[in-house]
Amino acid sequence: MTTVILVILAASVGVDGFASGRNWGFLLLDLAPIALIALPMTLIVVTGEIDLSVASILGLTSAVMGQLWVSNLPLELIVPLILLLGALLGAVNGLFVTRFALPSLAVTIGTLALYRGLAFVVLGDRAVADFPFSWTEAAISTIPGTPVPWVVVLVAVLAIGFGVLLHATPVGRALFAMGNNADAAAFSGISVGRTKFWLYVAAGVVSALAGVFWTLRYGSARADNGTGLELQVVAAVLLGGVSIFGGRGTLLGVLGGVLLLGTLRNALQLADVSADALTVVTGALLIVSVVGPNAVRMARQHLRRRSPALNPAKP
Amino acid sequence: MTRRPTLRALTGLALAAVLATTAACGGTTRSGSDDGGSGSQVTGKGDPDAPTKSGLKISYLPKQINNPYFTVADGGGKVAVTELKGVYKEVGPSDASASSQVSYINTLSQQGTDVIVTSANDPNAICGALKQARAAKAKVVTFDSDTDPSCRDMFINQVTAQGIAENQVKLISDQIGGAGKIAILSATPNATNQNAWIELMKTELKKPEYSKIQLVTTAYGNDDDQKSFQETQGLLASNPDLKGIISPTTVGVAAAARYLSGSQYKGKVALTGLGTPNQMRQYIKDGTVKNFALWKPADLGYLAAYAGAALASGQIVGAEGEKFKAGKLGEYTVGKDGAVVLGPPTVFDASNIDQFNF
Repeated sequence: MTTVILVILAASVGVDGFASGRNWGFLLLDLAPIALIALPMTLIVVTGEIDLSVASILGLTSAVMGQLWVSNLPLELIVPLILLLGALLGAVNGLFVTRFALPSLAVTIGTLALYRGLAFVVLGDRAVADFPFSWTEAAISTIPGTPVPWVVVLVAVLAIGFGVLLHATPVGRALFAMGNNADAAAFSGISVGRTKFWLYVAAGVVSALAGVFWTLRYGSARADNGTGLELQVVAAVLLGGVSIFGGRGTLLGVLGGVLLLGTLRNALQLADVSADALTVVTGALLIVSVVGPNAVRMARQHLRRRSPALNPAKP
Repeated sequence: MTRRPTLRALTGLALAAVLATTAACGGTTRSGSDDGGSGSQVTGKGDPDAPTKSGLKISYLPKQINNPYFTVADGGGKVAVTELKGVYKEVGPSDASASSQVSYINTLSQQGTDVIVTSANDPNAICGALKQARAAKAKVVTFDSDTDPSCRDMFINQVTAQGIAENQVKLISDQIGGAGKIAILSATPNATNQNAWIELMKTELKKPEYSKIQLVTTAYGNDDDQKSFQETQGLLASNPDLKGIISPTTVGVAAAARYLSGSQYKGKVALTGLGTPNQMRQYIKDGTVKNFALWKPADLGYLAAYAGAALASGQIVGAEGEKFKAGKLGEYTVGKDGAVVLGPPTVFDASNIDQFNF
């Protein structure tokens, strides 16, 4: 979190145009879909699993949304249908991971390709772009008097929901328990399978919600919407201090990770750093965030071995 | 064991959706909503005598960076911006996705850029950002790929469909002596551009001077190198008396040339189309292909800079009929919907191909 504040401060001083309200409005709009999907992703990674199909769910729901709009359905109906579709797509992931006990990495790499493929089946290389202005405008409109887009409120409400679930309920404690030791969790009466299943459903619904937002924000339903977004989401989650092996992490940290990635990219872009260099920076940051905690742990173990009097610190 | 509650919950969700359905009758539908007008909205009037401002910040935002075509096009822009004593910059995403350009447009408008020259990955997805940039006093010129006309000031069109059709038919006719059977090797059967060009070529072939030329078939190589190669093979196998092939796609014409150069038809069956000099150089040199055409991407970028400078200096506003000067390219007239056509395609042959590297 301190890193986030440092980056923001440095960028405000060092980069022309960064601190302006308009720029923050742009930045928050860019980050909203990543932040949304990062919420359920955090819970999934805490249990020691992963969902790489989220961006493909976003793309498929965006494509279906376009197709339904072309078929003359009202948007008021399309949106709930899309969320339902998201739940269904997430349920497929959940079913394979829990009922058939397959590794989530393999399952969701599969559905990553499958869902993206289906999106192209639905819409091909067409784009549906004639959504009503009132809806596309609503997607980017800001809270009156501030540069903050309304979608931030949506992110905040969901973040509070997921945050309370993870950090203040028995379910949340069960998620951490599963991530630390799934067998022990099962023996202590936690329904591991069912809990994970619903996490995937939640990820599906939220990804579909992000799909709706994406479609309206860019005013364009396309099968390739959000391609590669899953990597940014996972990057933000890991950068936010969630252990890829499960069992550790906080939602606040993840929101910090999202903000850090976003501000860094935005500030470097304003400073005319090329897109290639940006990708290098993001990649390096990710490596550091994954290697960093491990290096610290190894150093600690090394110390512990040398001085057995020290209390073994529980991670 | 978890099946029942799970199923029940999903059914519940479905029910909720159905309820929403009934509640949403008479909602916002496509046929019920009115689309915003999509013509170019031109306001005010240009002053042709206004001096060209110096120090204009003219920024290029291609579909993606490190794409050879756009590197050359933007290079032409750089030359023009230097001539105009402006400040040139090229920024852009590393992937050509629809929405990745938006954050770059936002950044450019945040930096107070005077002119944004861009080629749209999606005609609509970048519209909102471009409108915001224009509200922040930036002039927007699209080139190569246009957006909705309401989102930009001007569009630099590389060539018109009519221009391509006339050019391609003329090239093949000259090579086969104005008589004989020809075929077209296109991209995909549903490629909008290709089909429009092919239709216009058919119209063109009805002219009296082409009366002895017969278009026998159109093959589709799907813009895939191998498929295009095989389709060329098939064309010649099923039409042994074929005199010429037109392939108005860079992938197709290169693959067809590769097949011809290694076959008995080399030098006997004429081939022309739209190709890039780098892909076609060896086939020009070994005599497989006499000539082919394409617009010069560098000129496209060059013209865009002059159009942007004329807009930013207040000489034009992008209205039909306005004229502006574009350095070495001469004077141009703005057409309908703020579009300017670069000109007829450039023909590349053995005499000039070594002057081009793209």
